[in-house]
Amino acid sequence: MGGRMVDFGGWDMPVQYPAGTIEEHLRTRTHAGLFDVSHMGEIDVRGPEAIAFVNRLTSNDVTRLVDGQAHYTALTTPQGTVIDDLLVYRLAGDHLFLVVNAGTTDKDWEWISSHHAAEDVELKNVSSDYCQIALQGPDAVAILQKLTDVPLSEIKYYHFTHGKVDGIDSIVSRTGYTGEDGFEVYAAPEHAEQLWNKFLDAGNFGAAGGVLPCGLAARNTLRLEAGMALYGHEIDENTTLLEANLGWICKLDKGDFIGREALAQQKAEGVKRKLIGFEVTDRGIARDDQGIVIDDQPVGKVTSGSPAPFLKKNIGLGYVPVAHANAGQELKIDVRGRLVGAQVVKTPFYKRAK
Amino acid sequence: MANVPEDLHYSKDHEWVRVEGDQAIIGITDYAQNSLGDVVYVELPKTGEEFAANEPFGSVESVKAVSEVFTPVAGAVVTINESLADEPEKVNSDPYGEGWMIRLRMANPGDVDSLLTAAEYEDFTKAESE
Repeated sequence: MGGRMVDFGGWDMPVQYPAGTIEEHLRTRTHAGLFDVSHMGEIDVRGPEAIAFVNRLTSNDVTRLVDGQAHYTALTTPQGTVIDDLLVYRLAGDHLFLVVNAGTTDKDWEWISSHHAAEDVELKNVSSDYCQIALQGPDAVAILQKLTDVPLSEIKYYHFTHGKVDGIDSIVSRTGYTGEDGFEVYAAPEHAEQLWNKFLDAGNFGAAGGVLPCGLAARNTLRLEAGMALYGHEIDENTTLLEANLGWICKLDKGDFIGREALAQQKAEGVKRKLIGFEVTDRGIARDDQGIVIDDQPVGKVTSGSPAPFLKKNIGLGYVPVAHANAGQELKIDVRGRLVGAQVVKTPFYKRAK
Repeated sequence: MANVPEDLHYSKDHEWVRVEGDQAIIGITDYAQNSLGDVVYVELPKTGEEFAANEPFGSVESVKAVSEVFTPVAGAVVTINESLADEPEKVNSDPYGEGWMIRLRMANPGDVDSLLTAAEYEDFTKAESE
């Protein structure tokens, strides 16, 4: 494909394909983008107490899922900070499928298996049994429908089904990490190349408005515009879910889970710092790890900063004291020694038209 | 294959220098712009600023990365390419022409003698990308 490759947590991954990050990003917003995200980890949890077990380790309420539904959630420490963010798929009442970040798969596996106590469940790290290809963008339904009999328009957002894609047994999930409609397709890894090529063909790769293969750089700018957290940036073992604006996946009333007590206490007391979105108002581009300054005082750090190709602005996420977290707050970003003006804005920066 | 014009001098940091009398025009090479990807922002010095050889004079930013740019020769800035403020993409589309960055009055015109020729630079980039 001519992608420019980098090492990403031990995986050789394309940063960008020949079209370039901006074109890949825009095409995903306007038509469709294709992402090989086979590096993601998968953990299989099976047994009569699968739901109870995962519910004890994660912050969202697994009992609310029905068969064929997935949700976004987090593995939490006793302090309410984040071991990883993940998707939990309910395949059946006694069978869950966890999709975790590549760089944290080993750590997650260690954590999950070490917390397996008396529950009647069988755990399997099945990361090498799956490839994952994401087709994202407004044309995703039409493109994927060419390759499957599964009635895609009947799959609701954050739902999935088993079916054949180009004759290959797959899980077809209406999820994604771009802020667009689209699908993530899981299948046995030996079919990855066939699926990839068929998706490109069905999406008229090479034609005007056709699908484009997208690299890690576009995946990052798309999720950032959509205001989604990236593990290791907005969330990690030093940030709590509440600080990261992920209170919506903290179901404190669901019963006990690791971190519940700390999160309930922090909720009662109020967070001291909060993740905010900002737009750069001067010339300049904010980057990860740069300092955030208010009234000449360093108050926090940029967790993700980048040009936003669709919005044509320079945007970022970062932590500031809660007193300065309101939209309209003026900030300065320390861009390699130069203080560049920015303003707190509501997130997501980008929201697709329904 | 990256374009490497014969009549320019090159640095190992992937800048090119075009000598006009005692002045030097400086930009980044085709190889460099291709490695960077879409250029979205170029930060340049002010007219009159002085630089030693191999000192950073500004930065070039793609969506993903920031790279410093170095002046291969010493001198004072005579003019900068103001148009890059609004059209940084010229660095990609025409790196040796409309994508030029700064024009210096050279403090020591002999500096260019230590730079790479087009053929030497071509060999250098081949070795680097292997």
